[in-house]
Amino acid sequence: MLSIKDLHASINGKEILKGVNLEIKPGEVHAIMGPNGAGKSTLAAVLAGRELFEVTKGEVIFEGKDLLDLAPEDRAREGIFLGFQYPIEIPGVSTVNFMKTAVNEHRKYKGLEPLKASDFLKLMRDKKALVEIDSKLTNRSVNEGFSGGEKKKNEIFQMAMLEPKLAILDETDSGLDIDALRVVANGVNKLKTPENSTIVITHYQRLLDYIVPDVVHVLFDGRIVKTAGKELALELEAKGYDWIKEELVK
Amino acid sequence: MSIDTINNDFLDLFKQGKSLLDDKSSKFMNTKREEAFEQFKKLGVPTLANENYKYTNLVPVFDHPYTVDLQYRTVMGDLNKLFYCDVPELDTNLVLLSNGWYYNQNRKLDIPEGVIVCSLQEAAEKHSEIFEKHYGKYAKPNEEGLVALNTALAKDGIFIYVPKNVVVEKPIQVINLLRSDRDLMATQRNLVVVEENAQVKLIFCDHTLTEHKYLSNTVSEINVAKNAIFDLYTIQNQHLNAAILNSVFIRQEANSNVLSNILSLYGGIIRNNHYTIFDGEHCENNTYGMYLMDRNQHVDNFTFADHAKPNCVSNEHFKGVMGDEATAAFTGKIHVRRDAQKTEAYQRNNNLLLSNDAVINTKPQLVIDADDVKCSHGATVGQMDDDALFYLRARGIHEEEARMMLMFAFAHEIIEKIRIDALKDRIDELVEKRLRGKISKCSTCAIACHQ
Repeated sequence: MLSIKDLHASINGKEILKGVNLEIKPGEVHAIMGPNGAGKSTLAAVLAGRELFEVTKGEVIFEGKDLLDLAPEDRAREGIFLGFQYPIEIPGVSTVNFMKTAVNEHRKYKGLEPLKASDFLKLMRDKKALVEIDSKLTNRSVNEGFSGGEKKKNEIFQMAMLEPKLAILDETDSGLDIDALRVVANGVNKLKTPENSTIVITHYQRLLDYIVPDVVHVLFDGRIVKTAGKELALELEAKGYDWIKEELVK
Repeated sequence: MSIDTINNDFLDLFKQGKSLLDDKSSKFMNTKREEAFEQFKKLGVPTLANENYKYTNLVPVFDHPYTVDLQYRTVMGDLNKLFYCDVPELDTNLVLLSNGWYYNQNRKLDIPEGVIVCSLQEAAEKHSEIFEKHYGKYAKPNEEGLVALNTALAKDGIFIYVPKNVVVEKPIQVINLLRSDRDLMATQRNLVVVEENAQVKLIFCDHTLTEHKYLSNTVSEINVAKNAIFDLYTIQNQHLNAAILNSVFIRQEANSNVLSNILSLYGGIIRNNHYTIFDGEHCENNTYGMYLMDRNQHVDNFTFADHAKPNCVSNEHFKGVMGDEATAAFTGKIHVRRDAQKTEAYQRNNNLLLSNDAVINTKPQLVIDADDVKCSHGATVGQMDDDALFYLRARGIHEEEARMMLMFAFAHEIIEKIRIDALKDRIDELVEKRLRGKISKCSTCAIACHQ
């Protein structure tokens, strides 16, 4: 599904990603862990098409297409979804209008007619129930005045609406209390199918108790330095990241 | 042409046209006319040297051989048929004005007993007691050249009177039609009197019907008595050859509540003078404005909130979206007088610049002579928020559409203050069309505003 080869990216001339390699197959859940500043969020942003970052080398193939050639909106329509670490507040844009526009742009890209208003509202209702998000949130402007937890729930709601092939969840657990974490993780698990894949970017192992990864990677100083099964997450939780640094030095 | 030539031309016009100007006008109006003429001699048309007109050069606006109608010109055809405002659910009392004159075949209105809606000329004669109590009391010709010029040339406009305790449910919608077979300068003078505990909503829509060059110099005086509630919506949508000079003077008495919303959608040159004086305690005033300008359009909003009495609240918010080489100015004057303790006066001006060549000059001016007040002001000039833009695009929304959504959201904050739902929906629609670069005329309107 996704193949990243020797990906280098920089911002303002400073190289953040220094040769990332990653293969993801349909249905897999990959966790990317690593200390602060390792480049986790940069990797997510580069995959979603944030123009702030310059890709200097390497390639990313998604479902047979050169992802780096596509505009952010086309990547989304191809099936990439980025769950933001810090979702943006957009006063004046209603969640309903936002989602309606997004869903219909996805449909247009696939050559489908826009959804009828009644069908759209039904879709909203179903997805709201699925991810346990309150109507009082979706009736407001996008993320405006939302708490940290509400913003993250809203990300999962949007993910449910857009049904991506590959969801990249960037620090979705940051700023969540245990109840919100459970709701968010449940949402992700319910949306899981044998065809779609998930990249969970996290600093802590906590989230991985709820969203169980098939593969865990450690990103360190712009490279993936270690890849193993889910037990690696527990080891990182117990021992921190220093032992990986020491291993690298050896 | 120099400013002196322009001013002298008006003096000549006044002297030569005196008998026509006085004809069919009441003696009271003509006395005021006489006084204003003397003031205009001293003041003239404001120039860039006048601090309040620093950003709007009126010389090229006035420097044109306009026709001036000193008497009512019979309108060819039936304006009622030519123009209809067919906004779904917007049920209003429609009143037509033609080039500043009250149309003599306006339809009968659905208004409560005692409410008067008629031409200014008629009011000056038939309702002289009310007229003379208010006319020329709030707009001061001795301070402002455009007011002096208007008062000197004023013949007609609309007069609205709402008696004590009367609530006018259906908004009164005044359509200013600029329609001529030659380049024209129109002078319109309006007077609105809302008595104690009364309520009325007034919508002014400006339309240019023909492609001739227009200059419109309008003055509206509005008195809102104790406990009264008054809404004023000004919708400016003219072609590029039109210059709209619109001065509004509002006086609020104790416990009154005024909402004013100035929506400038299109036009060549627009200058709004918006004066509010709080002449009683516990008044509330909300003044909003939105301007969407592109090409080489120009809009200048000048506001003045005069807190003369204690315990009043004024809240002002103007927002603009500027593209191409458009220019805009905003001046927000607030004067809190010495005795006006416990005043709350807030002011904001936010601008979104879409091009490198658009220009905005924004200037708050607060003069606070009282010591127990809450006042704030803030102005921002910025570009589109990249983070928000990326967020929308990351959900699959095309860049152009995402920009559109953000611009619309920016403008919507002003639109949502409208207290008439159907009008709010229609303005939403017009603004969306406007931002998409389409002509923002009402779809069912028979008039080709911008052709």
